[in-house]
Amino acid sequence: MMRVIEFWINNSDKFTAEILRHLALVVASVGFAVLIGVPSGIFAYRYPRLGSPLIGIANIVQTIPSMAMFGFLIPLPFIGGLGAKAALVVLILYGLLPVMRTTVSGLKSIDPSIREAGMAMGMTSPQLLSQVEMPLAFPAILAGIRVATVVGVGTATIAGLIGAGGLGEFIYRGLQSVNPTLILAGSIPAALLALIADFALGWMERAAAPGRTPRLKPRAGPVMIIGLIASVLAVAGLVISERTGDRIVIGSKGFTEQITLGEMMAQLIERGTSLKVARKFNLGDTIVCESAMRAGGLDLYVEYTGTALTEIFKLPVKLNIDEVTAQVAAAYAASGRTMLDPLGFNNTFVILIRGEETKTLNLRTISEIVPYAPNWRAGFGAAFLDREDGYRGLKTVYGLQFIESPRAMDVSLTYLALAEKRVDLISGDTTNGLIAKLDLFPLEDDRHYFPPYLAVPVIRTEVLERHPQLRPLFARLSGIITNEEMRHMNYQADVEQKPAPVIVNEFFSRHPEIFGKEKE
Amino acid sequence: MSTASSSKSAIAFDGVSYRHPDGPLVLDDFSLEIGEGETLALVGRSGMGKTTILKLINRLLLPNAGVVRVEGRATTDWDPIKLRRRIGYVLQEVGLFPHMTIGRNVAVVPHLENWTQTHIRKRVDELLDLVGLEPATYRNRYPRELSGGQRQRVGVARALAVDPPILLMDEPFGALDPLTRAEMHREFHRIQSQVRKTIVCVTHDMGEAFALGSLLGVLAKGKLAAIARPAEIVTSDDPEVKIFLDAMPAIRGITN
Repeated sequence: MMRVIEFWINNSDKFTAEILRHLALVVASVGFAVLIGVPSGIFAYRYPRLGSPLIGIANIVQTIPSMAMFGFLIPLPFIGGLGAKAALVVLILYGLLPVMRTTVSGLKSIDPSIREAGMAMGMTSPQLLSQVEMPLAFPAILAGIRVATVVGVGTATIAGLIGAGGLGEFIYRGLQSVNPTLILAGSIPAALLALIADFALGWMERAAAPGRTPRLKPRAGPVMIIGLIASVLAVAGLVISERTGDRIVIGSKGFTEQITLGEMMAQLIERGTSLKVARKFNLGDTIVCESAMRAGGLDLYVEYTGTALTEIFKLPVKLNIDEVTAQVAAAYAASGRTMLDPLGFNNTFVILIRGEETKTLNLRTISEIVPYAPNWRAGFGAAFLDREDGYRGLKTVYGLQFIESPRAMDVSLTYLALAEKRVDLISGDTTNGLIAKLDLFPLEDDRHYFPPYLAVPVIRTEVLERHPQLRPLFARLSGIITNEEMRHMNYQADVEQKPAPVIVNEFFSRHPEIFGKEKE
Repeated sequence: MSTASSSKSAIAFDGVSYRHPDGPLVLDDFSLEIGEGETLALVGRSGMGKTTILKLINRLLLPNAGVVRVEGRATTDWDPIKLRRRIGYVLQEVGLFPHMTIGRNVAVVPHLENWTQTHIRKRVDELLDLVGLEPATYRNRYPRELSGGQRQRVGVARALAVDPPILLMDEPFGALDPLTRAEMHREFHRIQSQVRKTIVCVTHDMGEAFALGSLLGVLAKGKLAAIARPAEIVTSDDPEVKIFLDAMPAIRGITN
């Protein structure tokens, strides 16, 4: 807990900014969910035949996982793209159902004799709605808004997956790097926000109940107007904070190494040219980066050749490094991107055992552990177990046999499980910072089974042609980062908790050859 | 059928049939005429279409056949909003708006008619006085703070707010205990002597009908089995009327 507080204090600027972004996302999305949800609720109530399918659709929308939703949204023009816009669309869609549903049930629960009294007194339909039905349904609608808000505070963390910021950014980064401090730094304030929202709206709901006379009576009209103004302001704030103009938009996936590399690309351009950059890090998955790039919302990020080959271009696994590099470069060129020179390190799969075992048994390569394996237990991430280029092939190529079938576990947990001797062998990423932190040993793939995952900057060709000075600039990074250096930088980030800009500063200081004397 | 009216017709049913949507035929070639200033008490069993008759008058329902006339004009020719504002309606369940104070409840129709605030305030106090509720005490209370009898008084005040010429009452005192109900009956006569409306009041209780009506109607099988002055009803030998008479524990004082 002390470390969490320390983190908040050391990163107070960033922390406040992300809390505000988080709040803005929730306020804006709930506001628009109400703006759309209440009228559609009224419509669904008035015209049940058309209305029930409407609620059905809202129901289905709610069951779509957020990542899938982003997958649909990012390539879309106007509402799609990266950052707050797409996050807002998803959050609004999620907030719609509770608001619509409570509007309908609030209206339905009105005693029919009350409605009849209104009609018999000669109220027109709009008068009945505004003077009788809406005020009576208001507490129920507030309950829906409360649900939407509390759920929204939680759901808004997914914005961290597509570069829209918020507290989710800390949480996802923490999950990726097995860093409880970071996870808590994001989730404690999120939980507190949810509790505060729940309490405040719960009070309003009770105070708004018909026939109550608390000192401060929330009335539907003013509450709605204030809420609307707040959400418009929130949207404006989000949009202004995200304007990129003619900047080069640099992205990264949502794990430590990617953020460091994104920062490195950004500083490279800032130090080497007069161009302006916009950092959109933490974009979740490969798919997010790829579709954002195709949609033009992202200009540059670092990809891995093996991932591009199989996940982006859906080509069969290949083992020859040069062949893969050439094939991926050609595929990128054919889709309007340019693959730049590899940075040097190869972040492929690696088989890890504990460091103490290597010393006592003097083990260096995968072949050497085959005789010991029958007494060992293995733990692998689900993806590694399933992949063609994962465990299945590994078993046949090396003739590996374990005491029991390998356990499927969350990738981020396998490192700890190995260190704590709950398993004896895991698969990992070559450059993971935890390898050094937990004293693990990467075995050499002496039969060259694992396909190459060279880190390569990928840039939209159009951008490269507009700024020809970029090509020689990126050439200076060619082959400069070794596996060890990347692992060291990941260690600095994951274990030493250094911020990416600091790590990258140090990197450029270690490599004066990149900028020579121009560097300050 | 005798229509014991000498003055102008306020409400008339002419060969009206009404069938509930997907349901039974409630009114079958039903005819009735009520003169201005009469208080018609309609008696019938539950489900005999008593409420339907009221809703046909203020056009909450439209007949499947025949014509309902209010002040000589068919309800289908009335603008429903205008028509309803000329007709006060007291519901069985009272139907006060729970989110409004008593004063605001009474002021609903004056508000819809865009009266000035001062005019409305004066009228609300006048009406609360009329129904026997001290304005200063009750004006700012909410319906749930009132007893059943008090709520029913507010319901009457609300129905009378813009001084409509016609008042419809649907089992207005059905949910009250006998003593409160007797008190409400006395109040009813006091108010009616002051405001002189054409009133249609439906009830399933013959005793209440005798207590309220200047004219009594008995409903059976979708038609009017009898309509007459209370004194004639007592001596009627119509079987449908006799059923209701026999159901009364004792005939107490008959008014008028």
